[in-house]
Amino acid sequence: MPRIVVDVMPKPEILDPQGKAIAGALPRLGLTGFAEVRQGKRFELTVEGEVTEAVLEQARTAAITLLSNPVIEDVTRVEVIEDVQ
Amino acid sequence: MTVETPLIGSSAAPIPDETLTGIRVGVISFPGSLDDRDAMRAVRIAGGTAVDLWHGDHDLKGVDAVVIPGGFSYGDYLRAGAISRFAPLMEQISAAASSGTLPVLGICNGFQVLTEAHLLPGSMIKNNHLHFLCRDQRLKVENTTTAWTSSYNAGDEIVVPLKNQDGQFVADERTLDELEGEGRVVFRYVGGNPNGSRRDIAGISNAAGNVVGLMPHPEHAVEAGFGPDSSAFGDVGLRGGVDGLDIFTSVLKKLVK
Repeated sequence: MPRIVVDVMPKPEILDPQGKAIAGALPRLGLTGFAEVRQGKRFELTVEGEVTEAVLEQARTAAITLLSNPVIEDVTRVEVIEDVQ
Repeated sequence: MTVETPLIGSSAAPIPDETLTGIRVGVISFPGSLDDRDAMRAVRIAGGTAVDLWHGDHDLKGVDAVVIPGGFSYGDYLRAGAISRFAPLMEQISAAASSGTLPVLGICNGFQVLTEAHLLPGSMIKNNHLHFLCRDQRLKVENTTTAWTSSYNAGDEIVVPLKNQDGQFVADERTLDELEGEGRVVFRYVGGNPNGSRRDIAGISNAAGNVVGLMPHPEHAVEAGFGPDSSAFGDVGLRGGVDGLDIFTSVLKKLVK
């Protein structure tokens, strides 16, 4: 079944405490190649049948009303992916 | 020398004002609410009548004011307050609150619900130090014209418990300037910012002043014997802090007028 992927990231100007903590932990593993880490969320909305424009529009609405909070987060992706089997 | 220790709950019990008992304050419970019972108890100690409300109902039961209590509604899944905001009863509360008539107080998770519902601006993110923090917190009451703070004097300080992980208040600079300019910063942290909140903001109100949200917990500082060990109003005995009580008497007195 096709899925719609929604990615949500904290806004660039909002401090991301979790990302900062991860960035602090990486050098402890010897992984020193990264200047910054930001942590976001990925949602997968499974659709029964075909992904019509109407369904995609519903996903966009879900993304900006429930899945993200526009005060602190940006929706960076709403996209259909097909199952790879 | 003997030190007088108050018997639990027996000292400084407020004399109930009988004119206030007719005021009905609803406390909404979500799955995962923790402090709903304490909020109801605070309403009763202040002299009012507490009414329990269920998030899945559509009936506000004719209450005169609403408290959205602390806890972890819906497990804080997605974002704190994000799912609760769409509960059936929240529709009624949002409509009545945004018309400026119904006094609504959001405490901790309740504050998060109010920001998610766009009844208050800004949002809460994880504490800047990433830890769950529980301590007695000193606050300054900066606005005494709201429905929930009129029993205080401007500039009063209070000590009430603070306990959260997602307590860092954030908003863009323009919103912060607007809040400051309109006097809508109701509570500000004093003696150290516990979580990185912008401009030390602990609580805010809407423009009409009927909706107030704050992260610390006034409902845990309402009865001698069960409050914090300290008060901003002078020495108290063990667990004697009751600085939060006037939040609840404020709304009762306003509604009885």
